[in-house]
Amino acid sequence: MAASHNTPVLNAESLSVFRGERLVLDNISVSLAAGDAVLLTGPNGAGKSTLLRVLAGLRRPDAGHLLWNGTDILADRTMHAAHIAYLGHQDALKPGLTLSENLALFSRGESPEDALADFDLTHLADVPVRLLSAGQKRRAALTRIIMARAPLWLLDEPSLGLDIHSVGRLGTALTRHRQAGGIVIATTHVPLPLDNPRQLALPGAPTGNQALWEDQP
Amino acid sequence: MNTGSLFAAIVARDLRLALRHGADTLGSVLFFILAAALFPLALGPSPELLRRMAPGVIWVCALLAALLPLDRLFGSELEDGSLDQLLLLGLPPSLVALAKMVAHWLTTGLPLLVAAIPMAMMLGLPGAALPILMAGLIPGTLVLSLVGGMAASIVLGARRGGVLLPLLVLPLVTPALIFGAAAVDSARTGLAFAPDLELLLAFLLGALPLCPLAGGAGLRAAAE
Repeated sequence: MAASHNTPVLNAESLSVFRGERLVLDNISVSLAAGDAVLLTGPNGAGKSTLLRVLAGLRRPDAGHLLWNGTDILADRTMHAAHIAYLGHQDALKPGLTLSENLALFSRGESPEDALADFDLTHLADVPVRLLSAGQKRRAALTRIIMARAPLWLLDEPSLGLDIHSVGRLGTALTRHRQAGGIVIATTHVPLPLDNPRQLALPGAPTGNQALWEDQP
Repeated sequence: MNTGSLFAAIVARDLRLALRHGADTLGSVLFFILAAALFPLALGPSPELLRRMAPGVIWVCALLAALLPLDRLFGSELEDGSLDQLLLLGLPPSLVALAKMVAHWLTTGLPLLVAAIPMAMMLGLPGAALPILMAGLIPGTLVLSLVGGMAASIVLGARRGGVLLPLLVLPLVTPALIFGAAAVDSARTGLAFAPDLELLLAFLLGALPLCPLAGGAGLRAAAE
């Protein structure tokens, strides 16, 4: 297990999750300090997305503890939402609304223009989302991550459908977020533009052992 | 952004969606008008019969029409992943559910209220009974949105949720139907209508805190 130099902000202790009769996550422990980044890897069905949903407070773990700065996350999941920017499989955009209308709810009262510029979407702000391409929608969903201004980014395959320039922009956003003390946890099957991420490999078939930690060279 | 403005932003987003998809919104009102117009065709044009049946016909048709958009109220949010984002806004889930119920009332209940006036006149309801009908329909449609929203969130994610929904909502809203239609009947025959309306309001006051709480729990469960 990789030792953090700073005090951990997010502590997940021996999380286990059942889906139906199947044990999806078996005794997973993660500890993250400010500025940390973790890549969740593992085969399809290893529970990467499930772990993200548990960390977001969207799903209750069947066993284990989740602590944010020492306070129990599961006791008040609504409070925990303020710490979270979550990017799911789906982009969660309404096709009938324009990009800026879609983002209005999530802008927390601030102008979305800076965040739109981060992903080069300013010129598409007034275009209905149904006219956007898959990659543009993904960028719009990433814009929402920036606008959340939350310390913990939970990204489920953030680079899905992005072109090479957009992956670069994603890298810039990730670096800036970590320099400001933010934490990134991302699932991925392809390399992400992250400096020195730790890797948490989820075993495909749970074996009852602790998840394997390895530091990337 | 505080709780109030987030709540208003969810309602505003739903209203904007309803305006953008006008056909969906008008659908339930048109259903209400068509269904109510079927009764004179089926029962014959006897003015006395229609006048006597008018309160019941309008209440039953309004109830059925309000059911139509419930299926999509949370269903579309679950399908495109928006539900996760709504739950992560920092609002308690019960307030997210309440915001959606308010949006349902504004996009379905309110148009039904407006459409009920010409339908009541078409069925020959006396002008004096019309204010009582509206006084009952206003809390009645609110109850429909609250109970309907709660049921929609409970069946969310269930297989065949669309079939389950009316089976869950219709029995729960029968008290509103009974008191609402009875109030108009009393007014039409010159009896006291206040007790019926008061019972209807009591039902609304009970549903107001309980339905959003149950609805919020349903949303949490659906996101799991």
